[in-house]
Amino acid sequence: MSIVKLHVNGASHEVDVDPSTPLLYVLRNDLDLRGPRFGCGLGQCSVCTVIIGGTAVRSCITPVSAVRGEVTTLEGLSKNGKLHPLQEAWIEEQAAQCGYCQNGQIMTAKALLDRNPHPSDAEIREAMDGALCRCMTFYRVQAAIRRAARGTMTPGEGK
Amino acid sequence: MSNPLQLPPELEDALNGLNQASRRSFLAGSGALAISLSLGALPSAKALAQAPSAAAAGPYPDPDFLELDTWIVIHANNTATFYVGKTDGGQGTGTAFRQMMCDELDIAYDKTRLIMGCTDITPDQGGSGGSDGVETDGRPMRRVAAEARRVLLELGGQHLATPVEMLAVANATISLKSNPARKVTYAELIGGKRFNIALSGRNVDFTTGQAAIKPVGDLRVIGHSHKRYDIPPKVDGSLRWAVDVKLPRMVHARNVRPPFAGAKLQRIDETTVRDVPGFIRVVSRGNYVAVICEREEQAIRAARQLKTEWQRPDAAAFPASSELFDYMRRATPTSTSEPRIEGDPDAAFKGAKHVIEAEFEVPFQGHSSIGPAHALADPSDGQMTIYSNDMKSYSHRTGIAKFLGMPREKVRVIYMDGPQVYGRTAADDAGFEAAFLAKELGRPVRVQWMRDEEAGWDTKGPAHVFKLRGGLDERGKLVALEYDACAADYNHLWYNEPDTVLIAQLMGRRPAQPAKGSTEAPTAMYAIANRRTTSRIVGLPLIWETPLRTGNLRDPNGPQVTFAFESFIDELAAAARADPIQFRLDLLEQAKEDDMFRKSRSLAVVRAAAKAYGWDTRPSPKPRPATSLDKVLTGRGVAYTYRNKTIVAVIAEVEVNLETGRVWAKRLVCAHDCGLVINPEGLRYTVECGMLHGLSRALWEEVQFDTEKVTSVNWASYPSLRHSDTPETIDVVLVNGDPNPGRPDLAPYGAGECSHKPLIAAVANAVYDATGVRLRRAPFRSERVLAALQAQST
Repeated sequence: MSIVKLHVNGASHEVDVDPSTPLLYVLRNDLDLRGPRFGCGLGQCSVCTVIIGGTAVRSCITPVSAVRGEVTTLEGLSKNGKLHPLQEAWIEEQAAQCGYCQNGQIMTAKALLDRNPHPSDAEIREAMDGALCRCMTFYRVQAAIRRAARGTMTPGEGK
Repeated sequence: MSNPLQLPPELEDALNGLNQASRRSFLAGSGALAISLSLGALPSAKALAQAPSAAAAGPYPDPDFLELDTWIVIHANNTATFYVGKTDGGQGTGTAFRQMMCDELDIAYDKTRLIMGCTDITPDQGGSGGSDGVETDGRPMRRVAAEARRVLLELGGQHLATPVEMLAVANATISLKSNPARKVTYAELIGGKRFNIALSGRNVDFTTGQAAIKPVGDLRVIGHSHKRYDIPPKVDGSLRWAVDVKLPRMVHARNVRPPFAGAKLQRIDETTVRDVPGFIRVVSRGNYVAVICEREEQAIRAARQLKTEWQRPDAAAFPASSELFDYMRRATPTSTSEPRIEGDPDAAFKGAKHVIEAEFEVPFQGHSSIGPAHALADPSDGQMTIYSNDMKSYSHRTGIAKFLGMPREKVRVIYMDGPQVYGRTAADDAGFEAAFLAKELGRPVRVQWMRDEEAGWDTKGPAHVFKLRGGLDERGKLVALEYDACAADYNHLWYNEPDTVLIAQLMGRRPAQPAKGSTEAPTAMYAIANRRTTSRIVGLPLIWETPLRTGNLRDPNGPQVTFAFESFIDELAAAARADPIQFRLDLLEQAKEDDMFRKSRSLAVVRAAAKAYGWDTRPSPKPRPATSLDKVLTGRGVAYTYRNKTIVAVIAEVEVNLETGRVWAKRLVCAHDCGLVINPEGLRYTVECGMLHGLSRALWEEVQFDTEKVTSVNWASYPSLRHSDTPETIDVVLVNGDPNPGRPDLAPYGAGECSHKPLIAAVANAVYDATGVRLRRAPFRSERVLAALQAQST
């Protein structure tokens, strides 16, 4: 065990863990965050995704000691109680069934829009392809990404 | 409730021991206490995390479904809480239940909340299963809400000294029709107090008071697309799921599974993990092994590191997946159904002008939940509380109590949100494991399966082999049909059985008899005068302690059966040179109507799908010039079926890449009749996702194994549908094909599974339309499609 310093969602933390511990378990079990979840532990499904330095990172295969820079989790997307446009779009499109994987969908989409604010449909499909969902919410997730990219939040639009 | 960053109230209530104690006292009728729930004053998440967990002193009696107070509480602030014995696997049924109860109670949707599936505070409606939540369990919900309204109206009449007939009700407020200013709220009449009204009914499904439910024309909340209340806290990360619960002194366990099926544990070398930081204990019983550590990553490491020795069984556990269908064809059945014969099929085949036959194959397919099975069990105070997303929390509780030898009243299950539950999942197994380990250790134990465990050891949908034979007369009319199904489904597992869950099997427990297993006959309203329907079940050599356990997976045999049957109907249409939709309509036109109007509704649904798609009438395959150099061919295919009372027709438009074999369903159209629609948008979305789950099974899903273990154990070896496979367009048409569509007693029917059922067939039929190649073996992965295309061209 050793002391590891982390910057998560604008706050600093020190945790006493084995440096090889995957970031996922520190976020969930030490910092009590609930956005990133365990899905595969292999970096295959994206359910555990967080954003570090603008990149969508699979926290289940990232040792906590390798983390450099600010970690943003699903909880960190909203600012001052106001939801991120992607989260608003997700609610507008009702883009979740069970919702277990939606952390991976939203965080992967966030990294996409941050580097490409107006992706084409093909770019959305390509960027999101590693974000798995066993309820198969892909169609509405893509609609929600388009809605957020448009920046229009007219209720009922975009179906 | 308007603050999306606060925990959902219903979950806070379920987690808060104090409120549960109050709830039990309230149900027990101990004094006129005001229940300590109010929409404005909920404890913070932090306070909850620090609250004594499950500290309430049991026992946990069953809430009495014959008491109105079990179902509905009116609070002092004129809001209401509904308590129902259901769970929501992600289709938004919780929202639908609230809408139905609001409508009957005459209260605004946003003034209510709903608590589901917690065994000691909600009536036992069995949890979820069979897509009958809205259809069957919604009835008592509506009736008890109507009864509460009736009682409140009577109280209001007394309060206002006015006959009930002269009163109006809206928004939980009763007023004089002649003078709306004279009014009284529900809260003023009964807020925080008990109704003390007895209900009747021979079981929970028949629960009723004296009041009748409203006619369809008076419904105002039903039919409105309320947004799901559970989505905001799911997209902002605030919801506390079953996977998130943390308790003081909680530890983490991971299972160590036998490395091959039927292996017997010989030795555990605990010295291989004693130096793992946080190591607590290895627990083993029979062939069940688990490692417990203080922290989650420590348990994962220790479970991987633990050295164990196992003895191989003498014989192969099962044939390799590449040999499965040959094995099934040859195997002696464990049971055979009584043949169902209509007319004289033998004579009809003799007289037929044209006879065709075909065989179809569907492999084992898995639940493979995106979130591996998990549970947390707390053994405090000699009781057992299990935090779980198990869709049947009530049998989970009963099964675990039996397994542990504890009185039911000392065991409870707190149902919380979790990953998808489309039937008998490994969530059943994980809850038993957590409870067993917690009892052994005397500390709260959290278990979660690893990905390879979930893919390898969860319950599978049974593999099927079908043989169909059909006879057409000289005019192309279907005059005889033979259907034979063979399912590898012996020892099919039911839910939460204390002698068949995986831990029980590994410990050597066995029921007196393995379950026989089942398949089903095709569900279509076609008039076929002469037909023979037969089926048989076969078993694999290893029955117990096998990773190839079968259990209910979304519409348990429907996708397999409908693939074979609706593909073959398509083959018959092609042999008759008939348009595939017209061929089906002709078969439906000749059918007899039944008491659910399934003939009329089937015709309406098939026609609605054709219209929405813009179907042009012609036979398949699509004509294409012999000189065509196109590398991507397009085609369309239809499949129709019903599930119980719900009717569905799906049209798939596909692109088939002749060079790669890739099949892309570019467009899906679904016409769907499930009677009264509670929430149109919620329904459309469930229908969409049901179709895409079916598409995943059509294109990708296949459990693979050698003769001793499952080899498709992660998302690379068990691929599933992805964003890149998503159709460009999905159209869902909600149909009301009832002969009397406006009738006041129109009922809602289940919608969780029906649209899932015809997808494999619709895609196969579309591939035939595009290419002239019939795919009779699912899934249609590129290499298999390419091989079929090449076989045709040679």
